[in-house]
Amino acid sequence: MNVEVTPLPGIGTRQDFMIRAGRRIGVITHRDGKFELIVSHLDDPDDCAASIALTPAEASTLAGLLGSPQLVAHLQEQHREVAGISTKQFPIVPGSRFDGSPLAETELRTRTGASIVAVVRAGSVHASPRPDFVFAGGDLVVVVGTADGLGAAAELLGGG
Amino acid sequence: MHNTAIALIQLGAVFFGLGLLGKMAWRVGISPIPLYLIGGLAFGQGGLVPLHGIEDFTHLSSEIGVILLLLLLGLEYSAVELMTGLKKSWTAGLLDIVLNATPGVIAALILGWGPVGALAMGGVTYISSSGIIAKVLGDLGRLGNRETPVVLSVLVFEDLAMAVYLPILTAVLAGVSFVGGLTAVGISLAAITVVLVIALKFGRYVSALVDSPDPEVFLLKVLGAALLVAGVASQLQVSAAVGAFLLGIAISGSTAENATRMLEPLRDLFAAMFFVVFGLNTDPASIPPVLVLAVALAVATTLTKVATGWWAARRQGIGRMGRARAGAALVARGEFSIVIASLTVASGAVDGQLAALATAYVLLMAVLGPVAARVVEPLARKFTRKRGTAPATA
Repeated sequence: MNVEVTPLPGIGTRQDFMIRAGRRIGVITHRDGKFELIVSHLDDPDDCAASIALTPAEASTLAGLLGSPQLVAHLQEQHREVAGISTKQFPIVPGSRFDGSPLAETELRTRTGASIVAVVRAGSVHASPRPDFVFAGGDLVVVVGTADGLGAAAELLGGG
Repeated sequence: MHNTAIALIQLGAVFFGLGLLGKMAWRVGISPIPLYLIGGLAFGQGGLVPLHGIEDFTHLSSEIGVILLLLLLGLEYSAVELMTGLKKSWTAGLLDIVLNATPGVIAALILGWGPVGALAMGGVTYISSSGIIAKVLGDLGRLGNRETPVVLSVLVFEDLAMAVYLPILTAVLAGVSFVGGLTAVGISLAAITVVLVIALKFGRYVSALVDSPDPEVFLLKVLGAALLVAGVASQLQVSAAVGAFLLGIAISGSTAENATRMLEPLRDLFAAMFFVVFGLNTDPASIPPVLVLAVALAVATTLTKVATGWWAARRQGIGRMGRARAGAALVARGEFSIVIASLTVASGAVDGQLAALATAYVLLMAVLGPVAARVVEPLARKFTRKRGTAPATA
């Protein structure tokens, strides 16, 4: 993908690329750290049909939503040969039980037999997080396990 | 009543009134600058309500307003941005100067203000308002548009042009001879080169001098440095505004960004005062005689700015609609036209009517600019449809 990086003097940087649907899509990073999601007009590629201001937290959530399914798909591909094992992702709902607590406190392995292989935060992947990794609201937890184990994990992480 | 009490009541009323005007202005989508000017015209000399006892304060705060306007203009773009801007957009920049300074020069010559007046009026009609334009582009959601970097690079070039122009103007206004004028040009070119080199190579030392992790200390140091440099520059017969501007360019990187964030509210406060004082010192009765000329200038320089933007955008392969948007975006004139006019009038070297003409002109352009940026799309669409030509996005 050919991402075009254009400096906007006095404002920040624009990074965008053409998608197959014929639109330009990208992000403006303001100097003060704000983000703007831009989507170009269908019949005027120079113009923006929408430019949506995002707070850093909102931007990272969106990045997680777009980025994590790919990671899961990738892991699924890797685990396909091992019968009975699959991969799933669970969100840490802001304000829920494990928001702000370290990974060890979930005792996921002991309770469900499934294991956490990665955490997606702000669009970046923290692979093999250590027991002292502290969850934050909006994290996506990627778990590998048996169907039963994943069901129990869903209950533990989601229901809390 | 006690003198201080009266002064406080007057100042309070002025600031509160300006606040209400500003709120009104942004609600209808125009810059508050023309309303501040009208506010100033309404008070004082020949106006409705005379102000007494706060002249010293308003005078000094309007000076600080100019210094902060120019300091933040200098801070707005980094030295690297200025250099790339110079390399990439010098043709558009030169066209911008030729097209937009000429109407002002011609108007001044017609009025018999001589070459000094022509130099000043050329500056008034040339310089776009980067403040109004950046705000309007953001409000209209056009920051992601392809023509926006073109618009910004024209503004960057104007910024550089100001760095050369202002020292020359102040030297000429001080009444130097032709040879002296050439020396002033040489000195100002040398000064801006030195400042750019300092900013590029040693910017972090200048920044380190004023930087501080503590916001309070930082604010005091930056403001103190700006006033010091401005004062010294003014003592050396270079205008205070120029000193502040060059300091702004020399401060770079994250220090510049923090300084901008910190000083913006202060600038808005003192700049509002500056516009009011400029309005105060302009007699409202002097405006009607120059109104026709101001309208003619407004029409001419609207067209020339649109042409500048159109041409610059076309060179970057932008479609017709984008070219029209780029042109209309550049139309707004504002704070820096008034700064040039106030420097000129303060020197006494040019007919006082210049203040009236500049006021009337900026009143028109600061309103017309944001309106033009808004209506250009529907207007251009209607125009192309009527002519039955290919779609505007060719």
